[in-house]
Amino acid sequence: MSEQNMQAMWRNTLALPGNLFRSIVRHGRPDSARARSQAVFSNLFLHIHSTRIHHRTLRFSTTADLGAISASLFLILTGTGIFLMVYYKPSVDGAYDSIKDIHYVIPTGRLTRNIHRWAAHLMVLSVILHMCRVFFTASYKKPREFNWLVGMGLLVVTLALSFTGYLLPWDQLAYWAITIGANIAASPRELTDALGMTAWFDPGGFTREMLLGASEVGPEALIRFNLLHCVILPIAAVVLLGVHFWRIRKDGGLGRPHQEVTPAGKGAAVSQQAGPAPVSTDSANKTWGLMALVPGRSPAADIEPSETVPAWPYLLRAELLVFMGTMLLCLVLGIFFDAPLKVLADPVHPENPAKAPWYFLGLQELVSYSAFVGGLFIPAVTVVGLGLVPYLDREKEPAGIYLDGAHNKRIALHSALFGTLCAVLAVAIPVNFGWLRDWFPGVPQLFIILFNPGTLLTAAYVAWSLRVAGRTGSTRSSAIALFTCFLMGFIILTYVGTELRGPNWDFYWSRSDWPVH
Amino acid sequence: MPSRVEPGRVTRRDLLGAAGLWTAGLAILGSLVGLMRLPIQRVLPEASDRFKLGSPEEFPPGSSKVLQDQQVLVMSTQEGIAVLSMVCTHLGCVVSYSGDGFTCPCHGSRFGPLGDVSAGPAPRALKWLEISLAPNGKLVADKGREVEPGSFFQARGKA
Ligand code: HEM
Ligand code: FES
Repeated sequence: MSEQNMQAMWRNTLALPGNLFRSIVRHGRPDSARARSQAVFSNLFLHIHSTRIHHRTLRFSTTADLGAISASLFLILTGTGIFLMVYYKPSVDGAYDSIKDIHYVIPTGRLTRNIHRWAAHLMVLSVILHMCRVFFTASYKKPREFNWLVGMGLLVVTLALSFTGYLLPWDQLAYWAITIGANIAASPRELTDALGMTAWFDPGGFTREMLLGASEVGPEALIRFNLLHCVILPIAAVVLLGVHFWRIRKDGGLGRPHQEVTPAGKGAAVSQQAGPAPVSTDSANKTWGLMALVPGRSPAADIEPSETVPAWPYLLRAELLVFMGTMLLCLVLGIFFDAPLKVLADPVHPENPAKAPWYFLGLQELVSYSAFVGGLFIPAVTVVGLGLVPYLDREKEPAGIYLDGAHNKRIALHSALFGTLCAVLAVAIPVNFGWLRDWFPGVPQLFIILFNPGTLLTAAYVAWSLRVAGRTGSTRSSAIALFTCFLMGFIILTYVGTELRGPNWDFYWSRSDWPVH
Repeated sequence: MPSRVEPGRVTRRDLLGAAGLWTAGLAILGSLVGLMRLPIQRVLPEASDRFKLGSPEEFPPGSSKVLQDQQVLVMSTQEGIAVLSMVCTHLGCVVSYSGDGFTCPCHGSRFGPLGDVSAGPAPRALKWLEISLAPNGKLVADKGREVEPGSFFQARGKA
């Protein structure tokens, strides 16, 4: 090797750390607006953000941080879940013991398990609250209808993740919750039986068999639930989350009042109105990307450059803060409150009362009148109805304001009262006076399926929202009425199922009144 | 201008291209549908539905006995023997037996002494299982086969 080559080698070796770094991070220090944009859009993981965001986005009142909290919880669940998988054995003989090992023997096992369990509960809660925030701020309106649908998908996946995870410890709690859940999947039989066609058309039995791989909860079911919980549903969640976040950017950031969606190419005209902002001077340097060059609807990113701030560092800092806060909450809960582990699953002796996880107890309350209606019909109506909201309510209304206008606030209040009253009646009447079968012992099952507290409650809510629609002539007001009613119904029924139902699903005002056995 | 009346020429390339695309699409779709048969089992991996009860003399008329492991009640009357499934017809919890009827712990269904629904969400009566006599004279019940409620099995008549 020649002298020159040797020298070059030496120089390159010395410069290696710097060159390695620069080959990965291709922009300067993020202290100019330009470099800050680059920091975001030249990074695969960060470029899911816009490079600039409206300053409203950072206000707590805009989002209550609920989407970011849900996303943080998902990350925490993925992390802790991977650690749990190191020891968990998905077999009927091994599952319970391996959870016991994780809980009592393995270093940090108990904390990891506790955090996983708490984060799962919190995620269901935060996703529901996030949906409420999006609804009440009318952020589902055009052009965000599709993202609302993606959100519905995430809601279903979140619930499915929680539910499939419930079986894995293979304890009494798990076994009976899943037995009930699987039979709910088979509950179309209630209808096909009543119509006398189960023999040749049995969608309920088919679904249960697909879910359990057998006709009872057993080894096959555990393998399938493990597969769903650890592989299929997390992948579905990651894909949907990717689309969800990407759509936020493509829909022009979060919905905000007085936002105009500009067609491609008109962005420049709008930005001329912008006031004296330090930002717009920088626009020339900034690439807005291909989107501005292709025809069709493009991101409305450049509308109000004067009111935007760079995502780096403001948004990223806020996200980190939310993540740390969420982590802290899970940690504290995990240190002080243990995840439950009951005795080994016993297929002969059910728990009494056997309760599903809390977010399904509202449904379990309805299931206690009719399995088909409470377990399948009403959830299906709710999911389809929620999905249709942005397509049925297309009124132009400023997004990003909670219940815009005094009349909508009044409608929400009245609907909350009406929704609460109906839900309380739907529980109080059967508890005090019984239901059809107690009055007319011979009623046909079809009659009970059609007329039970669950269907009547749903009908009352729908009638109420149609009345609001008729009175106000506004689809938004009617949507608010329906959503608020369902929300109150969900809260009341969940409370009744969780706190007021005891052994044999009898009504008790307090747990201390439960008979001891 | 191509229109419905005077359609534009479809070139050989277009035709072959479209045919290729559709073939690829159908092939992918077809194999996916075919694969979806995988999770559907031909034979369910389960113990036999038939189980031995014992000889008829073990169930004298007027007695009833819960076989906890099989989740059934064996009831013997002057009319004969009946085996009632103790799996709730609502959502599959195991009911408990108290002499004058059955109670389900899960959503409060109640059943009369012969398994008929008396309260709660259960859509139908408890199942009555088919009973037969094995060649060795023992009673055998089958969880996979139902009989009409009220049809008692006459072991003595045949014995
Ligand atoms: C795994 C569950 C979910 C996660 C992690 C998630 C995450 C997020 C995040 C981080 C945002 C940014 C704004 C914010 O923080 O509020 C957002 C916005 C949004 N989400 Fe979700 N979300 C989830 C489920 C849902 C559900 C269930 C819905 C509704 C059915 C929904 C509909 C929307 C819509 C329409 C937006 C845009 C809101 C706006 O423009 O103001 N998301 N989501
Ligand atoms: S499973 Fe028996 S009442 Fe629901």
